[in-house]
Amino acid sequence: MAETLLALRDVVVRYGTYGALQVPSLDVATNDMLAIIGPNGAGKSTLLRVMGLLQRPSAGTVLFRSENGHDGDPLQIRRRIATVFQEPLLLNATVYENAALGLKLRGTGGREIDTRLRPWLERLGIAHLSARSARTLSGGEAQRTSLARALVLEPELLLLDEPFAGLDPASREPLRHDFQRIAKEMHITTVLVTHDRDEAFALADLVGVLKGGHLLQLGSREEVFLRPKTDSVAEIVGIENRLAGVVEGSEGDCSVIAINGARIYARGEFKTETKIVVCIRSEDVSLAPASCEVKNINRCKGKIFEVVSGRAHHRVSLDCGSFHLVAVLDRKRGAEQVLTEGDEVTAVFSPAAVHVIGAEKDY
Amino acid sequence: MELIWQGVVKAVELVFGFDAEVWQITWLSLKISGCATFISLLIGIPLGIALALTRFPGRSLVAASINTGMGLPPVVVGLFVSIFLWRSGPLGFLDLIYSPTAMVAGQVIIAFPIVAGLTMASFQSINPNLSLQLLGIGASRAQLLWLLCKEARLPLLAAVMAGFGGVISEVGASMMVGGNIRGQTRVLTTATVLETSKGNFDIAIALSLVLLALTFAINFFLTRIQQREQLRWPKLS
Repeated sequence: MAETLLALRDVVVRYGTYGALQVPSLDVATNDMLAIIGPNGAGKSTLLRVMGLLQRPSAGTVLFRSENGHDGDPLQIRRRIATVFQEPLLLNATVYENAALGLKLRGTGGREIDTRLRPWLERLGIAHLSARSARTLSGGEAQRTSLARALVLEPELLLLDEPFAGLDPASREPLRHDFQRIAKEMHITTVLVTHDRDEAFALADLVGVLKGGHLLQLGSREEVFLRPKTDSVAEIVGIENRLAGVVEGSEGDCSVIAINGARIYARGEFKTETKIVVCIRSEDVSLAPASCEVKNINRCKGKIFEVVSGRAHHRVSLDCGSFHLVAVLDRKRGAEQVLTEGDEVTAVFSPAAVHVIGAEKDY
Repeated sequence: MELIWQGVVKAVELVFGFDAEVWQITWLSLKISGCATFISLLIGIPLGIALALTRFPGRSLVAASINTGMGLPPVVVGLFVSIFLWRSGPLGFLDLIYSPTAMVAGQVIIAFPIVAGLTMASFQSINPNLSLQLLGIGASRAQLLWLLCKEARLPLLAAVMAGFGGVISEVGASMMVGGNIRGQTRVLTTATVLETSKGNFDIAIALSLVLLALTFAINFFLTRIQQREQLRWPKLS
């Protein structure tokens, strides 16, 4: 069991009467790589500022290695944490001076700064830009400088507020990659705030879902992405097929769920008569021609009403009479089938791909 | 034209002939306005920073007053400083009227709103998230303030220039509270007024040329510092 590095207890942030954040308990352990995802205005940035002791919560405590962050001298604790924001926010100085700033603020001598900083400039691929004015950098270069400025401090906790969101894809992907490699090699305890669920899935081991200032679910990324606890979490992690239904009974190791007159089989046993929400990831739905006889027990005949073709995937929406389903088909495989709007097809998905969540409210 | 040419010749004679009175007047102008600018910076910069970075009740009233103060007519300042320092006035016991100190006081009142207003504007032009970022890499409050001042250094230099420019060229207040006493409170602007009214245009022109040269030299020096690190307009061809 890793040591708890940062803990929030009964943290509440209010702006006037508006409650921006309400976190009864949140623990970040050493070596955790935690991503907080949620829609805009969910309180993600507020949460990060509270964690970084950059904002005092209206109530509650922030503990850093069991030391109260707002007691005594918060500067000493703040200096063991480093925050990187979405905007690079560099000073009007050279790349080197910007990256060295954090060390300088801690009174580190010039020679030590140099020996510590050089490797980081190399690792982030900006060593050749050292003497350049920060004002002349591209977005990606500036964010690399900002990351170097934080990483060279070797913080016990690294806080990232959408650090890759402002970048164009061409500079975002390599930087994300570099960061991922560095974070893994250096075992930096990181909390990343992002609205990009793919980014969260790619970078983090742990994922927290924040909405309306409440932490709806926190767990391993597989748990959160594949087995969301509530409808809101399912929506935020990107499960497109969410259907309200009632448990009718069971057959073998599956439960039978009635959805608007149709029946769906889900692996597992659930209490009869309970109202539930069924989640099926669109990638788990495949399509077969309407005439084809399929063995799978979840077969829904439907009519395609929309096909959106992306770079790698086709996104197909069908009307199955009682409900709508979205299927995302790998372009390589989907290419064999010519799908057009109006086609009759059979949607097929395994009972194991059906995740059932209770229909109770989030909070 | 003849008149102007004579003035220029006279100016060269007076300045390079090391005319004692002209040098004394120039030096006094520089001392009084330099001193007034320095005091204005001491008052105006913290005030401008406070107005830009903090929120308190009545803040917008103070900010609006400062902005109004940036265009305060020197004669109005002269009038009120005179009233206060008049022998029978509330501060008459200080016996400051018609002294260089009184002139400094008048000029400070003219310059500090200019410095405060421009400081406020320059701090407000900094990205508000920069403070958060600097704290986020471990700046203390004092370090944060210092870094923000450094970041706003170019517009702050403009505030220094504007403040100094406002007082060295000002005549109304200096005349009223200083009295234009020869050898004691006579400065370049008041001397120019006097010589012009006496019809001594050559000396008046000489004095104004000295004033121009002085303000140009100081602004040139400050501009050089300010422009050293300007972002260049890209060369496209």
